[in-house]
Amino acid sequence: MDPSLSASDIASSTKPLSEASSPPVMDLLSEPASEASSAPMVDLLMEPASEGSSAPMVDILSEPASEASSAPMVDLLMEPAREGSSAPMVDLLMEPASEASSAPMMNLLMEPASEASSAPMMNLLMEPASDDLKEPPKPDIDPLADILNDTPLSEVKTPVAAMPQETPSDLFDDEPSELFAEPRQSNTAKQQQTSIFDEPDEDLFSEPLGEASKNPQNDFFKEALAPVAKASNVCGPLSDNYNEHPTDIFTEEAMTTLPSAVSTVSVNSKTNGVHSDEEEPDIFAEATVELSLDSPRNDRKKKGAAKPSAPAPAPSVSASASKPQPKTLEELEEEVEDKFELNISITNPEKVGDGMNAYMAYKVSTQTTLPMFRSKTFTVRRRFSDFLGLYEKLSDKHTPNGYIVPPPPEKSIMGMTKVKVGKEDNSSAEFVERRRAALERYLQRVVFHPSLLQDPDVREFLERDDMPRAHNTQALSGAGFLKMINRATDSLSKMTIKMNESDVWFEEKLQEVEAEDQQLRKLHIMVDSLVGHRKELSVNTGGFAKSVAMLGSSEDNTALSRALSQLAEVEDKMEQLHQEQAASDSFCFAELLADYIRLLGSVRASFDQRMKTWQRWQDAQNMLQKKRETEAKLLWANKPDKLQQAKDDITEWEAKVTQYERDFDRVSATVRKEVLRFEKEKARDFKKQIIKYLESLLQSQQQLIKYWEAFLPEAKAIA
Amino acid sequence: MEYDPKHTSTVVLKPFSQSHGVGVARSVSVDLNNDASLLIDIPDALCERDKVKFTVHTKTTLSSFQKPDFSVPRQHEDFIWLHDALVETEDYAGLIIPPAPPKPDFESPREKMHKLGEGEATMTKEEYTKMKQELEAEYLAVFKKTVQVHEVFLQRLSSHPILSKDRNFQIFLEYDQDLSVRRKNAKETFGSFFKNMVKSADEVIISGIKEVDDFFEQEKTFLLDYSSKIKDSTARAEKMTRSHKNVADDYIHISATLNSLSVDDNTALKKFTNVEGRVASDEELKLTELLRYYMLDIQAAKDLLYRRARALADYENSNKALDKARLKSKDITQAEEHQQQCLQKFDKLSESGKRELTSFKGRRVVAFRKNLIEMAELEIKHAKNNMALLQGCIELLKSN
Repeated sequence: MDPSLSASDIASSTKPLSEASSPPVMDLLSEPASEASSAPMVDLLMEPASEGSSAPMVDILSEPASEASSAPMVDLLMEPAREGSSAPMVDLLMEPASEASSAPMMNLLMEPASEASSAPMMNLLMEPASDDLKEPPKPDIDPLADILNDTPLSEVKTPVAAMPQETPSDLFDDEPSELFAEPRQSNTAKQQQTSIFDEPDEDLFSEPLGEASKNPQNDFFKEALAPVAKASNVCGPLSDNYNEHPTDIFTEEAMTTLPSAVSTVSVNSKTNGVHSDEEEPDIFAEATVELSLDSPRNDRKKKGAAKPSAPAPAPSVSASASKPQPKTLEELEEEVEDKFELNISITNPEKVGDGMNAYMAYKVSTQTTLPMFRSKTFTVRRRFSDFLGLYEKLSDKHTPNGYIVPPPPEKSIMGMTKVKVGKEDNSSAEFVERRRAALERYLQRVVFHPSLLQDPDVREFLERDDMPRAHNTQALSGAGFLKMINRATDSLSKMTIKMNESDVWFEEKLQEVEAEDQQLRKLHIMVDSLVGHRKELSVNTGGFAKSVAMLGSSEDNTALSRALSQLAEVEDKMEQLHQEQAASDSFCFAELLADYIRLLGSVRASFDQRMKTWQRWQDAQNMLQKKRETEAKLLWANKPDKLQQAKDDITEWEAKVTQYERDFDRVSATVRKEVLRFEKEKARDFKKQIIKYLESLLQSQQQLIKYWEAFLPEAKAIA
Repeated sequence: MEYDPKHTSTVVLKPFSQSHGVGVARSVSVDLNNDASLLIDIPDALCERDKVKFTVHTKTTLSSFQKPDFSVPRQHEDFIWLHDALVETEDYAGLIIPPAPPKPDFESPREKMHKLGEGEATMTKEEYTKMKQELEAEYLAVFKKTVQVHEVFLQRLSSHPILSKDRNFQIFLEYDQDLSVRRKNAKETFGSFFKNMVKSADEVIISGIKEVDDFFEQEKTFLLDYSSKIKDSTARAEKMTRSHKNVADDYIHISATLNSLSVDDNTALKKFTNVEGRVASDEELKLTELLRYYMLDIQAAKDLLYRRARALADYENSNKALDKARLKSKDITQAEEHQQQCLQKFDKLSESGKRELTSFKGRRVVAFRKNLIEMAELEIKHAKNNMALLQGCIELLKSN
C-alpha cells in the first residue's frame, strides 16, 4: 500500500479529533507519511492528554520510555507468560468469552516478548510506518467484523491491561461482567472498526470522539489485536513473516501478528521522539503506556483502574529490583480478596481416642473460587494443635515483617480435660462448641488476610489431607519453655529500648491500642460477670418458679391458684430465656471481646517488631559510627595495613545500615497498613457482632412480652 | 432532696407529692375500704442518720378528735409502741392486728454508697456518676418503701371498725408533742424474747390438740402451709431480684466501658450504652416493685398466722384451766366461771377470727390480683420500652 494513502487515511481520520482539540495532532500529522501509521496512536495519546482526562498517561508519556523499560516491568510481563504458557493459545482464543481467555491473550503478548522474536518485530521497527501495517487490515474487512461479533475484542483489550498486573485471572473475575456490561461500547467500536476498513477516511474518529474518549483507544487495540484473533481463528499455520507477505497475514500465526500490533506502539513512541533503540524493552514500556491509557479510559471502576495504572509505572521509576513488586501484588490481592468467595467453616467436632490421649478433631471445609486451590470445595480434618501449629508457622514468618497474625484461641487444660474425661455434660459440650466457633473465627481471620492467604502453609492447612503433626505446641514442652524465655527477654528489651519516635502516628496508635486493650479487658471481665449473674438469675428464677408453683398448689382460691401456677410457668420460661440470653451474652459478646484482646496482643507484637527493627537499625548506625571512628584513628595513626580492613568494615556496615533502614521503613509501612486494616476489620466485626447481640436481646424481649401478655388475662381473671 | 453519703444522711422527702413511678399504689398489700371519716397519710419524712421522722397527717370528721385536720411528727419507735399496745390489749385478741412496719433499713444502700466512694478511682467518671445515680435511686426507693409501710400500717388501723376507735391510736394521731415513748429496756427485750419462746413451745403443744371447729382446722393447716411457702417464695423472689439487680449493675459497667471504648472506636456504640443503661434502671424499677409486693404480702400472711396461733393458744389455755379445775374438784364454781369466761372469750375470738380470716382471704386475693396485673403490665411495658430502644439502636448501627 502506498504510504501516502495511509497518511491521508490517518489525516482524514484525525480530522474530527483536531476539531476537538489538538494542535499536537496537527504537528504529528505534518510529519511525513513514513511515520504515518503511528499517527492514530499518537492521536490517541494526545487526545486524552489535551483533554486532561488522564493524568497517568501524561506521566507516562513524559517519562522516557527508557525508564519504563526497567527490569521489573519485564519481570511482570515475563511471569505471566511463564505461568500461562501451557495453555493452548489457539484453543482459548476460540472460546474468547470464557474466563481463561485472558491467559492465552497474555501468551500472545508474552510470547513475542520472551521467545518469539524480536525478529519480526525488529523488522517492523526497521521499516516502521511502512505500509505493511496498514496493509493487513485491508483485506480483513469482513473477517474482522466476524471477530468483532464474537466479542473477543473487548476481552482482548483487558488482557493487555491485565498483563502488567500479573494476575490475569483475578482481573478477569470481575472484569468480564463490566466489560460485557458495556456492549454498546464494543458495538460502536465494532462499527468503527469496520468503518475504518471500509471507508478508510472520515468516519473513524468522528464517532468515537462524540461518544467517549475511550473509543479511539479501543479502536487501536482492536485494530492491533483483531488480526491476531483472526489469525488464530483462520490459521492455516504459518507461512511466514508477514513483512514479506503482507497479504498473507491471516495465514500467519498469531504470535507474529501480535508483535506487529505491539510494534505499532513502539513506533509510536518513536514518533514521540523517544529512542527505541532497545526494541524489546520498549515494547513493554509501551505496554505500560497502554495500560495506563487503557485504564483511565476504560469504564472500569476507579478502584480497578487506578490501581493497576499506579503500580505499573512505580516499579519502573524506582529502580529497586523486586521489592516494590510484591507490594503491588498484595494490593492487588487485597482487592481480589474482596471479590473472591472463600468460605471456611468448621464443623463436626469429634472426639478421637480415649483417656488423656484423646483429642478433638474438627472438620475444616473450604469453599472457594480462588484459582490457587486445587478444587472448589474440599474438607480436611484438623485437631486443635494443628491450628496452633499453623499459627506458630505464620507467626514465625510474618510477625518479623510487621504483619498482624491473628492468634488462635488459647489452650484450655481445664476444658479439654473435662472433654477428655468424657463426661457428656453441658459444660463440656459448651466448651467444644465455643472452641469450634473460636477456631472458625480464627481461621476466617487468617484467610481473610490477603498476605496470609498467600502463605503456602495456609494452603497446606486447608488442603492437605495428611497434615504432619504439629509439635511444640504443648503448653509446657521444651520449646514452649524456650519461647517463654524469649518472650521474657523480649519484654525486658522492650522496657530498655527507648525509642525516640519519629512518627507521631505510631506513637498515638500505640497508646490507643494499649488503652483499648485495657478497656477491652475490663469490658470482658464485666461481660463475664454479666454472664455469671445472668446464669444466677436464671437459676433463681427457676427456684422462684418452683416456689410459686407450690404456693399456687396450696392456694385455696382456685382462680388465684391458677394464676399462680401460670405465673410459675411464665417464670419457668423466663428462666429459659435468661439462660439463652446468658449463652448469647457469652457467645456473641464475650467471645468477641476475647478475640479482640488476643488480636490486640498481636497488634502490639507488630508494634514491638517495628521497634525491634528500629533498634537494629540504630545499633547498626552506632556500629558504623564506631567503625568510622576507628578508621579516623587509623588514619591518624597512619596504619595503612589496617586501613583497608576498616574501610571494608565501613562499606559493610554502610550496606547494613541502609538495609536495616529499609527494613525499618518497610516494617513501618506494613505495620501502618496492617493497623489500618485491623481497625477497619474491627469496626466491622464489632458492628456486626453488636447488632447480632442486640438482636438477640431484642428477641428475648419479644419473648418476654409474649409471655407476660399471655399471663395478663390470667391475672385479670382472678376474682 | 440533698443527699450526702459520707456524712449525715438527710433526705427530705415528699413521697407522694411527686410521682416517681415507684409509688404506684399506696396500699400494696391491702385493699382498704376507706371511709372518709378518718383519712391518714404521711406526706413528709425526714431522715436524720438512723432516725426517720414521719409527718403523720390526719383528716377526720369524727367528733372524738379535737380538730378535723392535723399533723404530728412521729418516729418509727412510736409506731412500734402503738403496735405493741394494740397487741397487748386483751380485747383485741380475736382481731388480726396489722403487722408493725419494719425498721427502716438504709444500711445496705449506704454501705454501697460508701463502697462506691472507695472505688471511685477505679471507675471512669461517667461510670461513677451512673452508679451514684443508681444508688441514689435505690436509696430513694428504700426510703419511699419505708414511708409507705408505715402509712399502710396506720391506714389499716384506721379502716378497721374496732381498731380505729382505740384510744392509743387516737393519741398517736392527735398528740402534737413528742410521744417520747419509753424504749424497751434490756430486761423487757429479753422478756419479750422469752415470751416468744414460750409461745412457740406453746404452739407445739397446742398443735397436738384437736381442733373443735373445722373452719379453724382448715384455716390452720392452710395458713401453716401457705406461710411456709410464701416465705420461700419471698426469699426466692428476693434472690431473683438481687441477681437481676446484679445484671442491671453489670449493664451499667458495660455501658460505661463501652462508652469510653466508643470514644476511640465507633460512635455508633454510644447509643448502645444508653440502651443498656435504661435496661438496667427499668429492670431495677420493675423488680423493686415486685419485691416490695411480695414482702408486704408475706407480712400480712405471717401476721395472720401469728394472730391465729395466739387465739388458739388462748383457747387452749382456757380449756386447760378448766380441766385442771375439774380435776381438782376444788373451786369448781370458780373454775367453771373461768371456763365459761374462756369459752366465751374463745367463742368471741373464734367469731371475730372467722370474720377476720374471711376478710383476709378476700383481701389477699384482691391484693394478689392487683399486683399480678400490675406486675405483668409493668413487665410488658418495660419489655416494650427495651424493644423500642434496641430496635432504634440496631437501626442506628445499621445505618452507619
